[in-house]
Amino acid sequence: MRKRDVLLAAGALLAAWEIAALLLRREILPPPTEVLAALGTELPRGLARHFAVSAWRVVASIGLAVALATPAGLVLGQSARADRLFSPAIYLLYPIPKIVFLPIVLLFLGIGDTSKVFIIFLILFFQVLVVVRDEASALRPELLLSVTSLGAGRRALFLFVYFPATIPAVLTAVRLSIGTAIAVLFFTESFATTAGLGYYVIVDTFSRLAYPEMYAGVLAMSLLGLGLYFIVDALERALCPYLFVR
Amino acid sequence: MISLHALSFSYPGHRPIFDGFDWSVSPGEAWAILGPSGCGKSTLLYLLACVLSPTAGEILIEGQPITRPRPRTGLILQDYGLLPWATCAQNVSLGLRIHGFYGPDGKHAPADAARGQPGAIAARTDHWLHRLGLTHVRGQYPSQLSGGQRQRAAIARTLVLEPDVLLMDEPFAALDALTREDLERLTLELHAETGTTLIFVTHNIEEAVLLGQKILVLGPPPHRRPCVIENALAGGPLDGGAPEFQAQCRGLREMLGRHA
Repeated sequence: MRKRDVLLAAGALLAAWEIAALLLRREILPPPTEVLAALGTELPRGLARHFAVSAWRVVASIGLAVALATPAGLVLGQSARADRLFSPAIYLLYPIPKIVFLPIVLLFLGIGDTSKVFIIFLILFFQVLVVVRDEASALRPELLLSVTSLGAGRRALFLFVYFPATIPAVLTAVRLSIGTAIAVLFFTESFATTAGLGYYVIVDTFSRLAYPEMYAGVLAMSLLGLGLYFIVDALERALCPYLFVR
Repeated sequence: MISLHALSFSYPGHRPIFDGFDWSVSPGEAWAILGPSGCGKSTLLYLLACVLSPTAGEILIEGQPITRPRPRTGLILQDYGLLPWATCAQNVSLGLRIHGFYGPDGKHAPADAARGQPGAIAARTDHWLHRLGLTHVRGQYPSQLSGGQRQRAAIARTLVLEPDVLLMDEPFAALDALTREDLERLTLELHAETGTTLIFVTHNIEEAVLLGQKILVLGPPPHRRPCVIENALAGGPLDGGAPEFQAQCRGLREMLGRHA
């Protein structure tokens, strides 16, 4: 996808929004011009801080999930015995909507950053784990055999084969999880907290009926998701140039 | 160089493929192992590579019983086994980097292997890229290379480690006829240049006659004693159309037919 096309699409969406606001003429749908102005004035007055708090929470959860799930997935993917041992537990835990554990997590970890990071981590961990495991176990035996014949033992296979082989899968898992991560973050920030975009949108602006500011918060949350998406794309280009050759 | 003593092998739950099999290979010889699919020729190669272990008997290489893959044995498969995320040059230097990772421990890398200085790795990689005509594609990824170039990269990757035994498992079976002839000639040249012991598995009779100074013919298993054909035509100037060449091929074809 070209940058120009993406910018054009963004312009078209803003134009559609502007037209809808003009047609509807209601306070609950302010036009994008007004929302962008509100974004400008609100950012220095606390919105930037809420953005930073939310960004930190979601990046920390993703980082933690990738850092722990990748090695675990690699171990399960290359050892049939380890996989047999753990796969029933993963099979049971994977489909459970982890968000329902939120009250329990809150009881154990309190209402601060830790519980928010932990619940998102919990959701992402299984996504990344399963993807990495499947990718590692799907490596062709001929590839492993020929690298083994060059002298590689288990450690070198991890370093030279398993690890680089799973990078694209990890990035795909992260990309697919960003939406979920931010949705969960939004939910956990919408009560019993005093910082974060969820707090800003639901607890602060929504309850004061400050619509342009509320929209500015929604926009900031969208930009957070979009920014993370772009970062993952850039990482993929930097780490996996072979995926982009003709 | 290589000797098999009373070697037996069977896959679990199957009839034995080798049953008290004796065979020996002298240093520097070029052998072809010829036989139809399912005769156990690849199995024999994997036993030599120590990827599989015999159920009885032993394999000695340079007088040492092999119990784990030897760092000086090179293995080349039909599936090139190149890393898709590494460039041609990075694939060729892979073995050197693996040896550098372990150091000269005698298990993963030969005990006398020089500690891989980055400069030395680059120089040896460049030499073999050049020898196999890959210099101009050194920065490309395997997906950008032709089948012949991929197999050349796989050969370079193995030869850069200076193996004394080179095992090849139908390496050219997936290539078109011209590329295949090209690489068969190259294999002969490289065998002459490096003096490595070559064991080449194929189901193609012409290929066996072209490459194998000795041809081990495998019929249907189980194999008890080796059937070895001396082949003076290997590596010679004759092309596939010469009468002697065709006669040799016909002989082998009849021999394989008798087994079937």
